[in-house]
Amino acid sequence: MKQTVSIRGAAHTDHIHDSATKHVSGAADYCDDIAEPMGTLHAYFGTANVAHATIENMDLSAVRAVPGVVGVLTASDVPGVNDVSPSGRHDEPLFATETVEFWGQVLFAVVAETRDIARRAAELAQITYAPLDHVIEADEAMAKGYPHVTDPMTLQRGDVAEGQAQAAHRIQGQMRIGGQDHLYLEGHIAFAMPGEDDDVIVHSSTQHPSEAQHMVAHVLGVPSNAVVVNVRRMGGGFGGKESQMNQYCAVAAMAAKKWNRAVKIRPDRDQDMESTGKRHDFVVDYDVAFEEDGCIQAVDGVFAARCGWTSDLSGPVTDRALFHADNAYFYPHVKLQSRPMKTNTVSNTAFRGFGGPQGVVAAERMIEEIAYKLGKDPLEVRKANFYGDAERNVTPYHQTVEDNVMPRLVDELERNSDYQARRQAVLDHNAKGGIIRKGISLTPVKFGISFTATWYNQAGALVHIYNDGSIMLNHGGTEMGQGLNIKIAQVVAEAFQVDVDTIKITKTTTEKVPNTSATAASSGTDLNGMAALNACEQIKERLIRWACDHFQVEALLVEFGPNVVYVGDKTFTFGEFIKQAYMARVQLWAAGFYKTPKIHWDREKGQGRPFYYFAYGAAVAEVSVDTLTGEYTVDRADVLHDVGKSLNPALDKGQVEGAFIQGMGWLTTEELKWDDKGRLRTHAPSTYKIPLAGDIPREFNVNLADWSENRELTIKRSKAVGEPPFMLPICVFEALGMAVASVADYAECPRLDAPATPECVLMAVERLRG
Amino acid sequence: MQHRSEIRFLLNGRDVALTDVGADDTLLDFLRIDQRLTGSKEGCAEGDCGACTVLVGRLTDQGLRYETVNACIRFLASLDGCHVVTIEYLGGPEGRLSPVQQAMVDHHGSQCGFCTPGIVMSLYALWMAHEWPTVAQVETALQGNLCRCTGYAPIIRAAQAVTEYGTPSAEHLAMERDAIAARLQALRDDLRVVVNHGDSVAILPADVDDLAAVLAAQPEATIVAGSTDVGLWVTKFLKRLSPAVFIGHLDGLKSIDVSEDAVTMGAGVTYSEAQDVIAQHYPHLVAYWDRIAGWQVRNMGTVGGNIANGSPIGDTPPVLIALGASITLRKGDERREVSLEDFFIAYGNQDRGAGEFVESIRIPRVTGGFHAAYKISKRREEDISSVAVGMNVRVENGRVTAARLAFGGLAGVPARAAAAEAALLGQPWSEASLMAAAQKLPEDFQPLTDMRASADYRMTVAQNLFRRFWLEHAGEDVRLARA
Repeated sequence: MKQTVSIRGAAHTDHIHDSATKHVSGAADYCDDIAEPMGTLHAYFGTANVAHATIENMDLSAVRAVPGVVGVLTASDVPGVNDVSPSGRHDEPLFATETVEFWGQVLFAVVAETRDIARRAAELAQITYAPLDHVIEADEAMAKGYPHVTDPMTLQRGDVAEGQAQAAHRIQGQMRIGGQDHLYLEGHIAFAMPGEDDDVIVHSSTQHPSEAQHMVAHVLGVPSNAVVVNVRRMGGGFGGKESQMNQYCAVAAMAAKKWNRAVKIRPDRDQDMESTGKRHDFVVDYDVAFEEDGCIQAVDGVFAARCGWTSDLSGPVTDRALFHADNAYFYPHVKLQSRPMKTNTVSNTAFRGFGGPQGVVAAERMIEEIAYKLGKDPLEVRKANFYGDAERNVTPYHQTVEDNVMPRLVDELERNSDYQARRQAVLDHNAKGGIIRKGISLTPVKFGISFTATWYNQAGALVHIYNDGSIMLNHGGTEMGQGLNIKIAQVVAEAFQVDVDTIKITKTTTEKVPNTSATAASSGTDLNGMAALNACEQIKERLIRWACDHFQVEALLVEFGPNVVYVGDKTFTFGEFIKQAYMARVQLWAAGFYKTPKIHWDREKGQGRPFYYFAYGAAVAEVSVDTLTGEYTVDRADVLHDVGKSLNPALDKGQVEGAFIQGMGWLTTEELKWDDKGRLRTHAPSTYKIPLAGDIPREFNVNLADWSENRELTIKRSKAVGEPPFMLPICVFEALGMAVASVADYAECPRLDAPATPECVLMAVERLRG
Repeated sequence: MQHRSEIRFLLNGRDVALTDVGADDTLLDFLRIDQRLTGSKEGCAEGDCGACTVLVGRLTDQGLRYETVNACIRFLASLDGCHVVTIEYLGGPEGRLSPVQQAMVDHHGSQCGFCTPGIVMSLYALWMAHEWPTVAQVETALQGNLCRCTGYAPIIRAAQAVTEYGTPSAEHLAMERDAIAARLQALRDDLRVVVNHGDSVAILPADVDDLAAVLAAQPEATIVAGSTDVGLWVTKFLKRLSPAVFIGHLDGLKSIDVSEDAVTMGAGVTYSEAQDVIAQHYPHLVAYWDRIAGWQVRNMGTVGGNIANGSPIGDTPPVLIALGASITLRKGDERREVSLEDFFIAYGNQDRGAGEFVESIRIPRVTGGFHAAYKISKRREEDISSVAVGMNVRVENGRVTAARLAFGGLAGVPARAAAAEAALLGQPWSEASLMAAAQKLPEDFQPLTDMRASADYRMTVAQNLFRRFWLEHAGEDVRLARA
């Protein structure tokens, strides 16, 4: 008789994070928790305390002389290539040689018996510099003729001049958009163990083990097959550990090989924040032409980014800013240009959204400009400009939007959040003219899914079934808290119809799956889930073929039920079935592979289909602002977000909530400040303020669009969830703007720059009051 | 004097006795490196992120009291006579999950999990005090815990559901309470403790008189109370503290006396210990008090330390100066009283001689008049103020007869606004008078621009607060609900 019970942890069901019980009991091991072998050494970076200079002399004798110091590593000690550039442009020396390009740049590493000794010794270096002029801001870099760190991109469609000529209105403006530190709770760390021959094993907290592997090999001058990089889990990544871990892995490995001892390197929080990249700051110059009804005719935008001293990932980041400068809106005529500017700051890098949020926030600023100019509710202007279905559906990069669910999403949210009545109440409140003003805003997000570097859209997985029926799952993605491992385990559980706890998810390692892409671009589940499913299907096919042959039944009569396998009229437990298959010499493991179909991109032409599909969402926020101090509270937020047919709704909701608050932090209290000397002054949580529990919306209603299914053949018709919801809290930012604008009766666009700190808000209030 | 040369405390269920303890050895390094108790994490090493949160139990006059602290900036030597409870101990001997932990699991309260042990410890301490905490109580308990993944919403849901999983009295920490208290009592010998790690020396005086004696003999010693600032000298600036004199354990510095005209508290009273008496006698400081740092820091940091370290941006000096507070400084057996406003001479320079220590703080009680305390910071909670203000005004027959307006963050020291006060004195109690006084503020202060705020903002907001002061006392709704 067939059982009707279902398995634990099936796809599309809520399931706890696979490490949850370990998290809450302190039993989850992070890199720094791995037991150290006898004789483990500790490395620490000595960094520059000047923003731009020629190095005249580097005297490290006092560093070497400290008891307990084993040695010092500089550029001349690098056996391979002194470069850790992830872009392949060879523009990122591991150790500075002749010039310093930013405050915090790595000059040398000291290796000692304890971390404390290494850290203190690093302070003793005597470096003499010949200072050079430095540049911190992107617009300053343009004005001073600083170079691009990588080739700029232009997206163009229609004829902007013609659109501008025809339109009733035209507004030009500028918006400054701040960067953001990742502030992953676990900082950077790498822990290397030497092996025989050229071998070295590196444990690290990296989102990109394969790149770390290649980079270690490159620096050591050995083939990649000598290097193993392992990642059990990260204490947060958010993009900050995509390329920034390279320098730590390389130095740990170098030292481990040099002294033939295990070597760990872990910067303190200040050095972590000073010496590793962040979200790109942008200065956006926009020129938007529009009609009396609010419909946009033409957009001309220049997006200048503070990229820092090297290219790192600034090319694809600034590209993605342009890809999202339309957000959810159709621009009949459009020209968008990126300006990836070199500056004397830490090289900015990936951060959740990867440039997309800066594009979206600029698009929304243009909507605000139009709404304030025309005296309309910004929501009305938004709706007037949404992409259409059959027409008005081509993006600035010539991809047709085929899966637009925005109108439905926004209508539902508008209704369920009671937006119209609440907006009226806010207007009524503000009309009384009190000190506390309110604002409300509804903003949409459309986000393109796929790496725009098309070749990254591939993944591998390895699935073993052992002859006791237990399953080992390995894939190329890394777990940083997003629940990737459990979601893929659910896919595997579903495939074999076994309880998810039958499946052991093992650490990510370059030994099991090679040539992996970074766990980034929200792609982890899409890519690795499909690769794991592919592996499962290969094994299932072999099992079914064997069962048909062995039991003399049709393939249709071999069925995987909940923890059992039905073969004709026989029922086996999964374990029994596997045991028999093993005895019959069936291969019980497989390597799976996946590459995303349909996508292609020609960057030179600015045309193609860079994205497999789009994820959508929308949110409403209501805020209160103290117009005497600029302080504010978020009183309520309502979210409706599209994750397709969710693999694990509980975890996806957690991603949406978390992204919302992280994005809110970016736009409100998280402020990066450099001083005149080019030194970052906000380099620890004491000076850099991410949201606290007390900052989140008092009422916070987060819902997934449960009717949504990905129209593309993604893993179980789900959609990526990591990045898209990061842009939902733009509604908080714009609600703050509305409260500010109320002091001048909404006659003027408040033009808040981001982040809208209390200071920024108060100064805007004072400005609008005149 | 006879002394003991080892630190003794309880770590989870075990007795620990340590001889090699220096002035700047931290509890977190001891846990993670020496004991391999790696559940407590280092996220920032400056007492801001809470990933290292542990409970420290201590015998007080109200019995055994557990509080959350940041292990990263808590010095090992200061734990003499305490019970340290780490995440590894919460589940109890059978390794089951405590109700707090189970609630966190079931509500998806962890994502990357790195902040989670610290969050669990804070929620555990909250739950021991409040079985059904309100959202506001949860938020307050989590002021010192950063989470970068979850957005806190599931954590708050978990915190409110803990009691569905069990009761605090059934926890092993509660059931073994008497036994732990007895073990801690047995550790007491009322001796001075002197320990060293190499040439780094830590001294725990036996009592306040002994403290005076120690400082008389070693006037240059670093006095360490809650180590919420001194801790950072070590973890961030790599300073050596030795010799360090620890005072956080001294009951003689923890007295709180309420007399007819003043509240006098010992210099070792923490923000948390002062909370009740502040609420009772200075109601205008209640909301302000909750915005001083985070919970862990309020459990460690002392009002005396906040004064003695002379910071221009300490939260308590402006509001205490406005209240007319004074401090008693002691050296040997000599004591002198100094008004708090006179204690701060210039940036980095206070009226405290070598070998002298702050013994107590006397805060006059408020009778009549108008009182306010405002803190402005980039983030509402657990942030250093860009401007902190205490305003205390007496009004008789409609005219201002006394005004004490004290500001932090506008100058190198917390200070009164002489010109603004003068402009207000004798004037009718009105919005116009206050705004006229505000106009004088630039004569009193020329603030600086730094990463927290610009000079412009500091001055503008400080002046605007005069208006808030008026409107608030005129009964207008000028406060954000959560502020």
